[in-house]
Amino acid sequence: MDLSSISPTLLIASLMVAATPILLAALGEMVVEKAGVLNLGVEGMMIMGAISGFIAGVETGSPWLGFFVAAIGGAAMALLFGVLTQVLLSNQVATGLALTLFGLGLSSLFGQGYVGIKANSLKRLDMGFLSDLPFFGRVVFGHDPIVYLSLLLVFAVWAFLKFTRAGLVLRAVGESHDAAHALGYHVRRVRMMAIAFGGACAGLGGAYLSLVRVPQWTEGMTAGAGWIALAIVVFASWRAGRVLIGAYLFGGIVVLQLNLQTAGAKVPVELLSAAPYLVTIIVLVLISGRAGRGGDTPADLGKPFHAST
Amino acid sequence: MKLTTLLAGAMALGLSTPVLADAHDPVKVGFIYVGPIGDGGWTYQHDQGRLAVEAEYGDKVETVFQESVPEGADAERAITQMALGGADIIFTTSFGYGEATNAVAAKFPDVKFEHATGFMREYPNVSTYDARFYEGRAVTGTLAGYLTETNKIGYIGSFPIPEVIQGINASYLHAKKINPDVEMVVTWAYTWFDPAKEADAARAMIDQGVDVILQHTDSTAPQAAAQEANENGGRVFTFGQASDMAQFKPSPRVASIIDDWAPYYIERVGAVIDGTWEQQASWGGMPEGEVVIGEITDAVPAEAKAAAEEMIAAITAGEYHPFTGPINKQDGTPWLADGEVADDGTLAGMDFYVEGISGDIPN
Repeated sequence: MDLSSISPTLLIASLMVAATPILLAALGEMVVEKAGVLNLGVEGMMIMGAISGFIAGVETGSPWLGFFVAAIGGAAMALLFGVLTQVLLSNQVATGLALTLFGLGLSSLFGQGYVGIKANSLKRLDMGFLSDLPFFGRVVFGHDPIVYLSLLLVFAVWAFLKFTRAGLVLRAVGESHDAAHALGYHVRRVRMMAIAFGGACAGLGGAYLSLVRVPQWTEGMTAGAGWIALAIVVFASWRAGRVLIGAYLFGGIVVLQLNLQTAGAKVPVELLSAAPYLVTIIVLVLISGRAGRGGDTPADLGKPFHAST
Repeated sequence: MKLTTLLAGAMALGLSTPVLADAHDPVKVGFIYVGPIGDGGWTYQHDQGRLAVEAEYGDKVETVFQESVPEGADAERAITQMALGGADIIFTTSFGYGEATNAVAAKFPDVKFEHATGFMREYPNVSTYDARFYEGRAVTGTLAGYLTETNKIGYIGSFPIPEVIQGINASYLHAKKINPDVEMVVTWAYTWFDPAKEADAARAMIDQGVDVILQHTDSTAPQAAAQEANENGGRVFTFGQASDMAQFKPSPRVASIIDDWAPYYIERVGAVIDGTWEQQASWGGMPEGEVVIGEITDAVPAEAKAAAEEMIAAITAGEYHPFTGPINKQDGTPWLADGEVADDGTLAGMDFYVEGISGDIPN
């Protein structure tokens, strides 16, 4: 085994790329859950974002337009969930699961004519001399714009929830929708907006896969990334900064296992391939172990709300 | 003409058709694909073969296909469905369909089955067919030996099966003939078609200094990863796999191994039409036109191109076998003596690396 062939600089740069789709989706889901809604349809919204973004990217030739359409596509899927759960008061868990199945099927229908086509990808930003710096040039200044957008979103979500009045209202709705309602806040409206935001983020994450990371369309290309995003929200105990850590940790293990294999590590390939999921499960078990104090979960997460009750 | 007469005529036609159909029933040819026909690689080429059959026989055949059939239990359902649908001959086009093909063949003794790249022929109505891809690998390995500057060439393997191991060994042996310092890096993707995974595997290789990537998976994602690296100042070369992957010419894709199944499909469907179909195990290569090397671009030095073309000519003429001794196995034990040529039985069951490749083959 020759571990010296693994370059830490490139490893970190690749893990940031590998983690970006999960980071975007997890960040959106965190906001949704902060508002007290459990949307298990992240996978379905991601894949709809991936295909709608890809179609728009191919047809117009502009990856930016692709990302824009992907956000709309993801949000549209999310609003479907929103109408069902918030207006018609359907069960959130069942509706979320249905959304995932629906998204996977619908996306492969839309994608029929788009298999094996290349889309214009986003180029890495060229920041002049900054991109030529050793280590930092590649890790900090050598990415495509969406990586920076995702980091900016982490900061924005953190600041929004912590410092703004609207963020406070959103958290109040998640903690006690009855109290928020009694105070005159529009619980349903707040939740619908949160759901749409979550869908748009998931859509962006999916489009990052089909437009930058691969860049191609394949059926089922999200390959479980949406579920990992859901796990990361719990892992992060509903905090934006920790969502970032969780996503990068997961992305890091994915990239590291391929690098270890390439470097010829004497570890069974099957174990390396399963490593990211094993680590996710272990972390979730550890977290649920200390969940006894129960301070992290939004108190009204997953509970239906109707103004009459 | 009045509407009623039109309808009556149509009804009469409709009723009489089944009777007529027995006499002129076209041969129904079924294809089971492991990926989408638009994968730009393996499945795309099989589908080109299907279209060639249609072009050759016109009204005498009717073809049906199913895409993206997973290897394993679901394959049996898909093949059974096709046999129930009246197919006369079914081509199952991936290694992992072996057991399912034989299981269905037992239930439909009148239907002919052809399993690609397999070895199981448990019933008289099952044939297997394969192509000597390792002949193409010998050519791309030679080119890789000329092209690498970092002395590291990478091979994205799908599954550790004989067909892939032949490819790894043939590429390595011929790269090493040109460049004795060459090192072979193998990554197992455990999939035939997963663009995200293939792209990540290619990126991990590039990050570690691999500058020539040979892929044994079906999507163009590794080509796209290499292109991205080259746009950012890298120097990485790739080869088209199964299909020409011409959209990545002239670089990173500098040549390709093209599978041409059309001659075989036309011959076998013809045998069904004539009623002369018999069980067989076919293994064609460059001489039969089943393995073709796509255009070698000018990104390759002239000397390398000449060497590759010479090898293509020698293999096509039957003068050169890519596994010609002396060759030792990985542990140093002799496999082939000087001048000895590998027999098909050993190749078809190849489960060892040749000397010089590091790492173990997973089980």
